[in-house]
Amino acid sequence: MKKRLVVVGNGMAGARMVEEILKRKRDIYEIVMFGAEPYGNYNRILLSNVLNQSQAPDEIFLNPLDWYIENKITLHTGVKVTHIDRKEKKVYALKLAEGDVPYTTGIPEEADTDFISVPYDEVIIATGARPFVPRIKGSDFPGTFLFRTIDDCDLIAEYAKNCEKAVVIGGGLLGLEAARGLMTHDLEVSVVEAADQLMPSQLDTEAGRILERAMGAMGLRVLTKTMTSQIVQKRGKVSRVVFSDGGVLDTDLVVISAGIVPITEVAQRSGLKVNHGILCDDQMRTNDPDIYAVGECVEHRGVTYGLVDPIWQQVNVLADVLCGVNIDAVYTGSITGTKLKVMGVDLASMGEKETEDIDDEILIYRDPNRGIYKKLIVRNNKIHGAILLGDVDLSDGLMQLFMNEKTLPENRAEILFGAVEGTSLFDASDLPNSAQICNCNGVCKGDIIAAIENKNCSSVAAIGTETKAGQGCGSCRGAIAQIISSVVGEVAYDASEHYYVPGVPLEKSQLVREIRSQKLKSVSKVLAILGEGMEDPTTKTGLASLLKTLWPKMYEDQRDARFINDRVHANIQKDGTFSVIPRIVAGVTTPEALLRIAQAAVKYKAKMIKFTGGQRIDLLGIKKEDLPAIWKDIGLPSGHGYTKAFRTVKSCVGTDFCRFGLGNSISLAEQVELRFQGIEAPHKVKMAVTGCPRNCAEAYVKDIGVVAIEGGKWEIYIGGAAGATIRKGDLLCTVGSHEDVLKYTSRFFEYYREHAKYLERTYGFVERIGIDLLKGILIDDSLGICANLEEKMQEAVDAYQDPWKEAEDPVYPFQFEGPKLIEVLEKAENNG
Amino acid sequence: MRKEIRINLGPLEGIPMGQGHCFRIEGEDIAVFRTRNGEIFAVENTCPHMKGPLAEGIIGDGKVVCPLHGHRFDLKTGEGSEASECVRSFEMSIENGNVFIAYVPASEENVPC
Ligand code: SRM
Ligand SMILES: Cc1cc2nc3c(=O)[nH]c(=O)nc-3n(C[C@H](O)[C@H](O)[C@H](O)COP(=O)(O)OP(=O)(O)OC[C@H]3O[C@@H](n4cnc5c(N)ncnc54)[C@H](O)[C@@H]3O)c2cc1C
Ligand code: SF4
Ligand code: FES
Repeated sequence: MKKRLVVVGNGMAGARMVEEILKRKRDIYEIVMFGAEPYGNYNRILLSNVLNQSQAPDEIFLNPLDWYIENKITLHTGVKVTHIDRKEKKVYALKLAEGDVPYTTGIPEEADTDFISVPYDEVIIATGARPFVPRIKGSDFPGTFLFRTIDDCDLIAEYAKNCEKAVVIGGGLLGLEAARGLMTHDLEVSVVEAADQLMPSQLDTEAGRILERAMGAMGLRVLTKTMTSQIVQKRGKVSRVVFSDGGVLDTDLVVISAGIVPITEVAQRSGLKVNHGILCDDQMRTNDPDIYAVGECVEHRGVTYGLVDPIWQQVNVLADVLCGVNIDAVYTGSITGTKLKVMGVDLASMGEKETEDIDDEILIYRDPNRGIYKKLIVRNNKIHGAILLGDVDLSDGLMQLFMNEKTLPENRAEILFGAVEGTSLFDASDLPNSAQICNCNGVCKGDIIAAIENKNCSSVAAIGTETKAGQGCGSCRGAIAQIISSVVGEVAYDASEHYYVPGVPLEKSQLVREIRSQKLKSVSKVLAILGEGMEDPTTKTGLASLLKTLWPKMYEDQRDARFINDRVHANIQKDGTFSVIPRIVAGVTTPEALLRIAQAAVKYKAKMIKFTGGQRIDLLGIKKEDLPAIWKDIGLPSGHGYTKAFRTVKSCVGTDFCRFGLGNSISLAEQVELRFQGIEAPHKVKMAVTGCPRNCAEAYVKDIGVVAIEGGKWEIYIGGAAGATIRKGDLLCTVGSHEDVLKYTSRFFEYYREHAKYLERTYGFVERIGIDLLKGILIDDSLGICANLEEKMQEAVDAYQDPWKEAEDPVYPFQFEGPKLIEVLEKAENNG
Repeated sequence: MRKEIRINLGPLEGIPMGQGHCFRIEGEDIAVFRTRNGEIFAVENTCPHMKGPLAEGIIGDGKVVCPLHGHRFDLKTGEGSEASECVRSFEMSIENGNVFIAYVPASEENVPC
């Protein structure tokens, strides 16, 4: 007979607990779960994203209802456990009414007979915590919210629609995330904090101040040293908050986020020992040997936690004990660190924030202008506390060193600024199996090792497919490679990583050779002859781009092989409308063009007009049906802001106006842009021409950048980047005339078009080939191909056509049409 | 009971070769696709992820790729690449060069997954 396990609370701890048990033993328990919320289990951490609208609620589910059915778990949703009768060995629960808040202290008012009761052999309590509500008069008025559940987010979002101002009470981690989230609902947001700084539990005073400035710059009003004493209502709605010093602030909405309190009523009513939280020993057992507790409701060795890392550790220990995998497993407490998940602010903190111990080493680095502050507290050559603000590149490595109590490298600068090339701050192979490697998808080292050992995964990509590790932000991919090499010796060479496109098993040079020799001029031909019989969708776009480069005029254009942007020459938006960016050569425009743009924006109801980061104008929110007409009205060619092709040339005012100008950057930028406009490439190519090394047009960080220097000369830089990657371009050559600028940039551009992998930007390409080799090929003509490169580029320039001309003459029927309305005249019904 | 309505969507050429086109039937947007080897498929147009328009997606290997975030859906069954994300699919036929859909309106019994 299976034992019956009852889990009280279906949140992050409860559901993970069951997952860990099932992972170890599937057949020892019959499992019954109670959850006061009406859902399966979701990732509460991501509620911040739900509130700031970057994720939909249904995207954050970890265990949807199907999961419970598949695993034969009886789940009672929307049901609150009231108490455990420990003599009878039964758990009692009541159904909540719709709209009841799951985390209130009360029990639903129902007749005794409506109790659901379930006998148990063992119980795990995982009731979590509820928001702490300080004593503030009026905190129950309509318009005041807490922030703990999906339903809270929905209620706030709905109410915010009719509001202009919001106040968040509490300037801690959650308060700031809530405040930032409210800003995305177009509210003017203020945060009120009683302490004299933001995030007092994680930051020292200085970091608190820098953070306050950063939040201020984002448009958030911060009031510190301010106690809220009362919330005032007008016509049944919140209208202002009053502070203990007499100050007031008008508001339409209030979110209280002043900390959390463990939910302990079930334990209390059942006669279990409770202090701040439910008291547990090192195996998560309460004072009743058949009842355990995990998560935020627990107090262990005098500590309660408010983060998920300790939960994962508690749950692992308890699962080992219950399943008999390791009956001596113990949980001894957790070391924790946190990251603030607020867009635009990088902040990580761990351990102590201040130290009095004179033997401690304190390392501090300040760069106030850039808002950077880094502080480390080191004791016995180990990190005991760290604050990283403004630059968190190293935080993952530091967090690993900290949580695993690793010894630090001798060179302290390495800890603050990263290791010198070739060496690494920490080696993942030294970490314990429980260390979390992928923080985005919560994958531990042990999971990765299991994938290597049991599923024969030996490349980073294969590990990703199996475990999802490395598929979030990607910053742990290096660590995954280290783990693979520590287990199997070396990271596998996965030939498919080198194919130009996944559906054709050839590297780019081989593919180009085949296409040229067999004269393949359409995507469907290439797929039929060189493909593996598959019509892989992602393969099609890559081939379309390559064929256009290889056969500029003779290419058989199949529109179905193009991404929607390239079918209709506009960038698709999240709501299915499109953006229109006309070409504004070198960033210079005329009053007439501006008038036409303005009129078109009014006529076609552009949802926004924006100056882009590329020195031009974007009309956003245009309907597909209106594209041809708006292009005609604007009367400017396409700016190609939607495709993998030559994009823009940024310029600065240069010699005509600037007192430092050394070269005529505007006229050169115009020449360059008119030459290369619209030319297809493996990825975007952006340029800039700047009139002196002050670099106002940002030429050092463009795919191709041209800089005027003293003596009438121009420097040409290639492979610069200032997007997801930042890289200063490498100097290709210095030349004396506009013609030479065009000549050498043509050579490089064509060489990149022919040799880069699909979706490889110039920064990756130049780094892969190396600037010395490129200089040899493109300047000294070491391969004797320069004349050909120039010729090929000239062909591409000659083949240029403004794609917006298709407005006059669509290339396929219904190219610019919206949904076709079908009138259902006769209904031939059929009851099949 | 399932109510199936057979509707003529007009000539095959109304759907560009290898692409999709959106038809609005009884107020619902349906994406209809025509593959290069002459087959016709139809699924709900609205991506269950964040409402991307599937008719604008690239097709291949019997699947359509949503243009917004790349989730994939089987053209025949509507099955999605992500857990608990799928769309309704419809029986299609071609007669005398016209495309017919066996349209079944959304209802409680007719949920894709
Ligand atoms: C409109 C614009 C933002 C703005 O409002 O200013 C913009 C908008 C987009 N950028 Fe950008 N980028 C814009 C300037 C930039 C710049 C600045 C610049 O061009 O000087 C950069 C850094 C330089 C660079 O190109 O690296 C930039 C780096 C990116 C990246 C990162 C590329 C990288 O490899 O580092 C992406 C993602 C990608 O390409 O895969 C991206 C992708 C996008 C996309 C196309 C995302 C998408 O696929 O939908 C955005 C389209 C939004 C929309 O719905 O229309 N955008 N983007 C800018 C248009 C410039 C223009 O006039 O053409
Ligand atoms: C907005 C937000 C952002 C966060 N960000 C982070 C972060 O970045 N990093 C981090 O580490 N942590 C973060 N946290 C904290 C993290 O979410 C919690 O540590 C974690 O959810 C606690 O898990 P738990 O299972 O103990 O509690 P919960 O996830 O709250 O689950 C408890 C569940 O039990 C239910 N319940 C309570 N009483 C009963 C009862 N009597 N009967 C039945 N069911 C009951 C509750 O309704 C709830 O669904 C964040 C929290 C929030 C709210
Ligand atoms: S891709 Fe560019 S425009 Fe879109 S959100 Fe990111 S930075 Fe902004
Ligand atoms: S909307 Fe379709 S994948 Fe996101």
